[in-house]
Amino acid sequence: MAGYKSIWVFLEQNEGVLEEVSLEVLGKASELASKVGAEVTGILLGHNVKRLADEAIKRGAESIILADSPVLENYMTETYTEVIAGLVKERNPDAFIFGATNNGVDLAGRLAVRLGAGLIAHVVELELEEETGLLLGSVPGFGGSILAVCKCVKGRPQMVTVRPGIFRALPPDESRKGRIEEVQVRLKPEDIKTRIVEKKVGKAIDISKAEKVVIGGVGTGGDLSLIKRLAELIGGEVGVTRPLSDQGIAPRDIMVGATGVGLSSKLAIVAGVSGAAHFLSGIDKVENVIAINTDPDANIFNHADYCVVGDLFKIMPELIKRIESLKG
Amino acid sequence: MRMVVCVKVTPKAEQVRLDPTTKTLIREGVESEINPADKNALEMALNLKDKHDGEVIVLSMGPPAFEPHLKLAVAMGADDAILLSDRAFAGADTYPTSFTLAMGIKKLGNVDIIFCGEGSSDAGTNQVPPGIAEWLGIPQITFVNKVEVVDGKVRARRTIRGGYEVVEAPLPVLLSVELGCNTPRFPDFRRKRWAEREFRLKVWNKNELGVSEEQVGLKASYTTVKELKEAKMRERKGEFIRGSPEQVTEKLLEIIKQYL
Ligand SMILES: Cc1cc2nc3c(=O)[nH]c(=O)nc-3n(C[C@H](O)[C@H](O)[C@H](O)COP(=O)(O)OP(=O)(O)OC[C@H]3O[C@@H](n4cnc5c(N)ncnc54)[C@H](O)[C@@H]3O)c2cc1C
Ligand SMILES: Cc1cc2nc3c(=O)[nH]c(=O)nc-3n(C[C@H](O)[C@H](O)[C@H](O)COP(=O)(O)OP(=O)(O)OC[C@H]3O[C@@H](n4cnc5c(N)ncnc54)[C@H](O)[C@@H]3O)c2cc1C
Repeated sequence: MAGYKSIWVFLEQNEGVLEEVSLEVLGKASELASKVGAEVTGILLGHNVKRLADEAIKRGAESIILADSPVLENYMTETYTEVIAGLVKERNPDAFIFGATNNGVDLAGRLAVRLGAGLIAHVVELELEEETGLLLGSVPGFGGSILAVCKCVKGRPQMVTVRPGIFRALPPDESRKGRIEEVQVRLKPEDIKTRIVEKKVGKAIDISKAEKVVIGGVGTGGDLSLIKRLAELIGGEVGVTRPLSDQGIAPRDIMVGATGVGLSSKLAIVAGVSGAAHFLSGIDKVENVIAINTDPDANIFNHADYCVVGDLFKIMPELIKRIESLKG
Repeated sequence: MRMVVCVKVTPKAEQVRLDPTTKTLIREGVESEINPADKNALEMALNLKDKHDGEVIVLSMGPPAFEPHLKLAVAMGADDAILLSDRAFAGADTYPTSFTLAMGIKKLGNVDIIFCGEGSSDAGTNQVPPGIAEWLGIPQITFVNKVEVVDGKVRARRTIRGGYEVVEAPLPVLLSVELGCNTPRFPDFRRKRWAEREFRLKVWNKNELGVSEEQVGLKASYTTVKELKEAKMRERKGEFIRGSPEQVTEKLLEIIKQYL
């Protein structure tokens, strides 16, 4: 049996805010740790981020290792890998879990090779193998239609990245206490080869937990005005398929699918979307899917509850008009 | 400038099925293609070549069946293509995959920029690019959608949550390129015919790469796949709403009302 003393969780912060997926990972790690009697340790890097350590403790971390330094203010592959690899080599955690954000996989992928560790990618299920106690992570492949159940047969820590929006964060528990250990950062600015010359981040929109979402695809011709209006009327969010983000018509944050957001809404209205494998995994958890498409054979109709064969530019304005008059 | 583009050949995701009894992938009749993001990576490299001159070499690890796809990459404009192929490479997880590709890059020598796709369309772990960069001990910039080379340095714009950042790094550097960030060029007809008929693909096995059996493939992997399973897709009603436009709107309204 794999013995566990500690499970580490990478606490990703951007602009002084913890990523939601890091809290989700903390929730999952706590559940696993309680089964094997391990401690959950949050790894937090940044500048002036101590209060995030307190927040992580309320959300399930038992201890925090904090590296606080001006050179760590923004995520950079070089600096974060250097600091974290040093910590892992010194303390040998049994498992190390990351959120599968762009920065999370950038870091985990680099660390795994430096440490000589196995890395299981963007899992949607994570459990313990009964016979061995090893982590078993289900990795969606081929757009999400097939899951590969992977484990780390050698090398430590067992490393895993977790797809955002899959696991549940624990509600904050104000009474929880934990240790915060601050470590020295020995990086010198002159040793760092890369630098960020420009950074532009707005408030990231999170549509993964929206109750209602209206999704526009290539069939909109890139004109999302009807999609936006309908979303507004029903109090929902707007989503798009990947090609619309590729063309810069909509931000990556609202892209639905295997490489975008997984929805968990009650209702999704999907218009002008063909239903490619890489898209479908993004709407699989939606309770009720309405699809509008001109092509009666579109694959989206095999994955919708209500199917409307028709032109979205004719159907949606009618619908919008009716809802408008309904709301007065 | 000497540039390498790492290209994987992947099956079309829509066509891949799991055999319900053996739980293995059904490969018969499944078409394959250059991994879509790798076409964007190639396009980005060819663009830099157009601007700065230099050479673009395509590098792939896989079975001999990859050959026609690598020739297509040459038809699109790559100057050369190399396939790392050996039975010993089979069953590799991302650790030996990135190692083997890094060894190919070392053998090529004097490479300024290495391009990868952000992820593959089959497993899509996104782990190979950072792995290669670590084996080579060079900087990486991942999820890049725009690049320029200024004064011997690369400036690349990468997507992060809520926006983007521009990262500057000295050469040599590895970039992973965002799927869909550009429009890959079509192969020129004449060049295509030349690539198909006359271009000779170089194939390097483990001896030519100077690696041992223990360093590659399944043996050198840290992870294993215990089993494959079908992702259970949610059952849907699949009810078609038909009738006059008014009737369709009426019915849709009825459904949507429950959520208002
Ligand atoms: C590695 C990889 C990852 C990917 N990840 C994602 C992902 O996360 N999310 C994602 O969405 N895609 C992803 N893709 C892309 C995916 O394969 C498809 O290309 C994409 O989902 C297609 O988008 P679409 O349905 O909007 O466009 P199309 O496939 O072009 O479909 C447009 C549809 O609109 C219909 N239409 C046209 N006009 C009208 C009209 N007036 N009214 C109604 N219907 C109309 C057409 O009949 C057609 O069915 C990925 C691809 C790869 C290779
Ligand atoms: C469903 C499934 C799940 C898997 N899960 C894991 C896992 O969790 N952990 C793990 O370590 N392995 C996993 N594997 C194995 C993994 O797919 C292989 O190691 C594969 O060789 C490379 O990984 P990738 O396709 O994910 O590459 P990615 O890292 O997604 O590829 C990014 C880029 O790297 C380059 N690249 C990748 N492979 C090659 C190649 N052969 N030749 C040239 N360039 C290449 C391309 O430019 C590509 O766009 C899984 C395989 C499957 C089928």
